[in-house]
Amino acid sequence: MGDEIVKGRIIRIAGSVIEADNVDSPKMNDIVRVGKDALIGEIIKITGDKLTIQVYEDTTGLRVGEMVENTHAPLSVKLGPGLIGSTFDGIQRPLDQIQKVAGDFIKKGVYVNALDMRRKWKFIPKAKNGETVSAGDILGEIRETELISHEVMVPIGLNGVLSELKEGEFSLDEKFAFIQEEGSTVKVPLTLFQNWPVRKPRPVREKEPAEMPLITGQRVIDSLFPVAKGGTASMPGPFGSGKTIIAHQLAKWSDADIIVYIGCGERGNEMTEILTTFPTIKDPKSGRSLMERTILIANTSDMPVAAREASIYTGVSIAEYYRDMGYDVAVMADSTSRWAEALREISGRLEEMPGEEGFPAYLSTRIAEFYERAGRVKTLGGKTGSITIVGAVSPPGGDISEPVSQATLRTVRVFWALDSSLANARHFPAINWLNSYSQYEKYLQAWYAKEFGEDWAALKKEISSILAKEAEINEIVQLVGYDALAESDKLVIDVAKVIREDFLQQNAYDDVDTFSSMKKQYLMLNAIGRLFLVEKEAVDGGAPVSNFQGIKAKEMLAKMKFVKDDEMETYIRQYEKALGEVLTRK
Amino acid sequence: MSDVYYRTVRTVTNVLLFLENVAGAAYNEIAEVQLADGSVVKGQVLDAGEKFTVIQSFGGTSGMDTKSTKVRLTGDTAKIPMSSDILGRIFDGNGNVIDGGPSIYGGNLMDVNGMPINPYSRDEPSEFIQTGVSAIDGMNTLARGQKLPIFSASGLRHNDLTAQIVRQARTLGKGEKFAVVFGGIGLTSEEANFFRKEFGKSGSLGRTVAFLNLASSPSVERLLLPRMTLTAAEYLAYEMDMHVLVILSDMTNYAEALREISAARDEVPSRRGYPGYMYTDLASIFERAGKIKDKKGSITQFPIVTMPGDDITHPIPDLTGYITEGQIVMSRELDKKGIYPNVDVLSSLSRLMNQAIGEGKTRDDHRDLSNQLFASYARGKDLHNLAQVVGEGALTESDKKFVEFSNKFEEEFITQDYEENRDISKTLDIGWRLLSLLDKNEMKRLKDSEIRKYGQWEK
Repeated sequence: MGDEIVKGRIIRIAGSVIEADNVDSPKMNDIVRVGKDALIGEIIKITGDKLTIQVYEDTTGLRVGEMVENTHAPLSVKLGPGLIGSTFDGIQRPLDQIQKVAGDFIKKGVYVNALDMRRKWKFIPKAKNGETVSAGDILGEIRETELISHEVMVPIGLNGVLSELKEGEFSLDEKFAFIQEEGSTVKVPLTLFQNWPVRKPRPVREKEPAEMPLITGQRVIDSLFPVAKGGTASMPGPFGSGKTIIAHQLAKWSDADIIVYIGCGERGNEMTEILTTFPTIKDPKSGRSLMERTILIANTSDMPVAAREASIYTGVSIAEYYRDMGYDVAVMADSTSRWAEALREISGRLEEMPGEEGFPAYLSTRIAEFYERAGRVKTLGGKTGSITIVGAVSPPGGDISEPVSQATLRTVRVFWALDSSLANARHFPAINWLNSYSQYEKYLQAWYAKEFGEDWAALKKEISSILAKEAEINEIVQLVGYDALAESDKLVIDVAKVIREDFLQQNAYDDVDTFSSMKKQYLMLNAIGRLFLVEKEAVDGGAPVSNFQGIKAKEMLAKMKFVKDDEMETYIRQYEKALGEVLTRK
Repeated sequence: MSDVYYRTVRTVTNVLLFLENVAGAAYNEIAEVQLADGSVVKGQVLDAGEKFTVIQSFGGTSGMDTKSTKVRLTGDTAKIPMSSDILGRIFDGNGNVIDGGPSIYGGNLMDVNGMPINPYSRDEPSEFIQTGVSAIDGMNTLARGQKLPIFSASGLRHNDLTAQIVRQARTLGKGEKFAVVFGGIGLTSEEANFFRKEFGKSGSLGRTVAFLNLASSPSVERLLLPRMTLTAAEYLAYEMDMHVLVILSDMTNYAEALREISAARDEVPSRRGYPGYMYTDLASIFERAGKIKDKKGSITQFPIVTMPGDDITHPIPDLTGYITEGQIVMSRELDKKGIYPNVDVLSSLSRLMNQAIGEGKTRDDHRDLSNQLFASYARGKDLHNLAQVVGEGALTESDKKFVEFSNKFEEEFITQDYEENRDISKTLDIGWRLLSLLDKNEMKRLKDSEIRKYGQWEK
């Protein structure tokens, strides 16, 4: 009917995946608007004129014959001041804005801006007009929150001479400077925000080796299985083993500058818990609200599955943006299994040839690509920043021989093995000390030695070996019973129990115990090491291990986790005194 | 919407119809399938395509053919009328009244698929619900707005426990509007009668809504049943300000129906033939529990899952456990010992317990006490198992006390009568009494002040 505009049309709908034809110059990964509600979709396959599109919103009610329109842009995040403190869905729509528009339930076809475009930000220039600047260079800063100074950077892909840079209050789309590229007469205007395609890692100058740990305040992690700043860690575990609590604890207490928490296919109430508790918790370093350094990405399990696939990339792209400003960013992804299952679901709808357990053959590549976006780097602007990625994995039945766990373990360098039998006995965090590992130890040794003295490594080795020996002895106990053990073996069991109960176990709900400073961890380990030495001396001298039951020193050890940092020194002195009594007791 | 009948059915399987050349079908649209004899069966569009459209029939496909069977698209997705008249009524899996009373007219027409709750609008479940069952209240406390499934197995007394909870559950000291919405999925008529009788006994029939799909009803109908149940619950909670307890029994039958459809569509299966999207699908049901900030009502879910082969790692309980906020696990071992309720507290868990207990909610000592009971019971069970291998003689005096404690814990704390409604302080006091069987200096989870206040050790 004389209609000249090319109009895309839906020809098939099967769940979250649809097919369309006649769409205007489609390219892989272009974002399209689908149907009369203009649902957001992404082109994931092109076969001749026929496109396959994954739709990021619920497709119920979508009708064959409805329109499909190409936006000609890939799935992108909007990067600029205002990200911090926000809660986004998988494709960066702020949930509070959706609530304003749509009410308590998430309706489809809601269009809201990722960032508040009207808010004015006070911009203070750091670069000078006339300078030649290149991508990633810092032009000026904005105080985004009390904790975070937002460094405004030259967008990736742009180099040239800076002009008309000025101080002032700008909204996000106002021009605050221009860049003229070499050999060009055009001055490119700069605004306070930039777009970035989420599936593409933001470039860096170079990756650097890990040097220091991410201090989490969780004793079993920091002392036994540390993750480096810029490192990768994974915690596979069955349901109820406390993955989410650990992820929350890391988000609360780890000493990263910025936390990006991706709730991927998990419970709605868990996101709500973060939303209600984080603003009330104070950052231990600055005393400010935790939300002033936190960005949440929430795709709960009842939200559309395709947006789950995207949520991981949305989160890590935002993390990279802050890393480029020179920050240490920690990303928690809970749970990567749900993301992998989203891949599987979409792959199934595409009728691709399945690999193991129905997962697509490219599963391990995708997982590796994701974790590869972690790292400690020299940024394009010459700063040092890092992204640490901690991924929870939810293996079916807790059996980690499944594809997602295995592909993850091949990539990450720290493995926190969550154990349901520990969780059942309410030993939390339920990280199994025998199966877990950290490959960062040798990189971090120098840091620990510098902070705590050369004896750190030896102390840690001793503690680990007591735990390992306990496991061996326990096997013997199963056969012959406890009474048949040599006193030296009983001693190991005795001290191992102290390590497990009074050091490894940590109560996330106790005001003091929820976070242990490194200094306190060191003092505690040292105290346990001293107990071992003293008891050993006594046992070597012929005393039975039963002598040490219920002694005051042990009681003090049991309560040490509840002692505040500034009272530790006095407490340790009293403890030493109590230990002395053990020796005189025999 | 249209009076167009399509006579283009090309393939009929036991649950699906494949139609050719259907114009403009919508995904999840409801269709009416008319058989040669004039009878009409409802169906739903699973795959809408220009060439082929796939419809699942909620009433089975018996009697359908490729010649005379006609299909009409209704233009709408699955909706159900809701009004306050639904209280006290019984419906089948298609939303039709089956208690002999009048149909539901007027009211709101609500989409059974629901919509995700914006996490921003959710209110944290933190109000204690007293079920009167010690194994739950003391050790795995339920919070209003929580989804806490019962993982049971064939032959165990989950129906009794469910009925007891429905009868006894209340929040402390408030006169609030309360309703039960029951979704029976693939139940035997005997089970359905049991529940009906029990609800009647407690006088709660007038505030109960039941949706029943019996074992003899078409299995595909089970796919809509939990959604209808929850739609009714949402109506009562968010439109009528009621606190709604939803029972879904048995979700295993639901998952089986899901697998049946998936297999009929030749989809790539994941574990044990269940579809790869089962997690998402179950989540779209379970996540419809919760509390919303500016609404007075709430939805608390008690789904029942029977674990095939008593196997908690089976895909159905496994995926459920990843979605729900904990689980109450029933144990065959305890059942054999004659213990009711046969709740295995060690593998049970309530993730929202911490928010729902403590001073002002239950009692100040609740958290530490339950931790201590868990730890001591776990240790006693371990030692008990050890003793079975190496003999009692290998246990120390202290070990023996733990074994004795764990036995008493099962007999006196967990065990209670089907009619017994224990309030929370009684539950906690029993816990303290049993702990006094152990040495005081083993009580590492308890604070000295709590021991002084509640401990029952002899001075």
